[in-house]
Amino acid sequence: MTALAELAYLLAAVCFIFGLMWLASPATARKGNALASVGMLIAIVVTLLDRSILGYEGILIGLVIGAGAGAILARTIRMTAMPQMVALLNGFGGGASVLVASAEYLRLSATGGAALDVGISIQFSVLVGAVTFSGSLIAFGKLQDLVTGQAVTYPLQKPLNAVLLLAILAVAAYLVVPDSGLAAPLADLFGGDAAVPLLVLIGLSLVLGVLSVLPIGGADMPVVISLLNSYSGIAAASTGFVIDNNGLIISGALVGASGIILTKIMCNAMNRSLGNVLFGAFGAGAADVAAGGGASGGTYRQVTAEDAAIMMAYARSVVVVPGYGLAVSQAQHAVRELATLLEARDVDVKYAIHPVAGRMPGHMNVLLAEADVPYDQLWEMERVNPEFDRTDVALVIGANDVVNPAARNNTSSPIYGMPILDVDRANQVIVMKRSMNPGFAGIDNELFYASNTAMLFGDAKASLTKLAAEVKEA
Amino acid sequence: MLESLVSEIVVFVLAVFVGFQVITKVPPTLHTPLMSGSNAISGITVIGAIIVSGAGYGRLATVLGVIAVAFATTNIVGGFLVTDRMLRMFRKDTGGEGK
Repeated sequence: MTALAELAYLLAAVCFIFGLMWLASPATARKGNALASVGMLIAIVVTLLDRSILGYEGILIGLVIGAGAGAILARTIRMTAMPQMVALLNGFGGGASVLVASAEYLRLSATGGAALDVGISIQFSVLVGAVTFSGSLIAFGKLQDLVTGQAVTYPLQKPLNAVLLLAILAVAAYLVVPDSGLAAPLADLFGGDAAVPLLVLIGLSLVLGVLSVLPIGGADMPVVISLLNSYSGIAAASTGFVIDNNGLIISGALVGASGIILTKIMCNAMNRSLGNVLFGAFGAGAADVAAGGGASGGTYRQVTAEDAAIMMAYARSVVVVPGYGLAVSQAQHAVRELATLLEARDVDVKYAIHPVAGRMPGHMNVLLAEADVPYDQLWEMERVNPEFDRTDVALVIGANDVVNPAARNNTSSPIYGMPILDVDRANQVIVMKRSMNPGFAGIDNELFYASNTAMLFGDAKASLTKLAAEVKEA
Repeated sequence: MLESLVSEIVVFVLAVFVGFQVITKVPPTLHTPLMSGSNAISGITVIGAIIVSGAGYGRLATVLGVIAVAFATTNIVGGFLVTDRMLRMFRKDTGGEGK
């Protein structure tokens, strides 16, 4: 590689870093994204001009197919389906890494094998890329309801995964140093063909990816998508090790770091360790909890849309707490209409956003932005919690566990310690829900039985439309 | 034999630190665009894919490379475009018309 090309890759990496820096504010974020795409263009053009490129037909076909598929996907995807799209793209990134590493391996094994460092990089790239690929496809399937959203458990889960990982490491070791004494039994197994052990490694890694995401329940998807995002970055970086390219290594490291940070934020927001999310199969046992403690009952108070509308219309401040139920019934726009009517009556309206309100980090913010809610009305949990004491009406729409006071004061609750939105401290709470069924975690919510809470049952969108109509008349 | 691997690991670790510094400043409001945008950046694998598919490494390697180019390009184009689509929707209270 020429020095000039190296510098061009560095320039691309600098574009990525500045692009990510500009993502620190919604005002500059678009510019940042554009700068990052310029960096990518520089990297691609420099690579196309590389002297080692002999034929362009294949490259062109790949670029056209990829660009077409990407553009169609980006234009047609619904904002509620954004987690699926990110999962799918994570998977594609991982898949590309596997393919590049495999092609390098085949080339090098035809010419006498890879040096130790390249060999290690190739096998690592195959492993991480394949786990990212199949894991992301399972995550996609779960989000798209093609695969059950329940946590899938099976006997001997952890031992089985451990054995699988050991087998992968053994095959990878064989691929790196095929002539060491330890590898002799494997050599007999694989015969002389260099492609066979590689295919075995890819196959085992794909299975590991599937088995490690299947046991994770739907409610934990924000963590998994963040983690797979990080993997896709690490896979890109490992490809950089394979082809000795610092541009890939830096870019991959940036994405890897980003994914890890988001993973940690999501884990903190659910008060769970990463290990607990990955291996705990939360949700599988929750049915028992619901059956046992869920019937605790107590009396709850129901409210009509008319009364709820009057409460809000004559309030000074209303805080809306949107949960995933809001997105499911596509009610963002109805919320926005209601909020506009309230604001016209000089009611102060804020939106309180829990970090895991949507199905991926920041998802709820995007859904509300799509409904034209200004981003300065979206308040983060830490910032909005002190406000509830001064709030007249908190309107909870399809949120459940993230407003459950048990997380604060019931040490025996499975969600004890999880940071929540303190809606129970508002003067009046209106909870909009389909029915009294418990939420994702299957835990009963004492908020629903509190003296300052009124329940408004029904489909979120229909109820919101009714509320808006009533506010208009109030 | 391992010197180049070690120096690449140095670059990787330093870049992770830069990443931590930069990403922690991104507000939660923008975490979804951050993910889709960083997704596009991880499509940088396309560089490896282009080299593998164009350098005449043999038929199988070329085919694998072309598929890799398609995968990575989907990642890049899809990621950047959808990020832009989302960021266009973010507007301030007093700002003009969104979209």
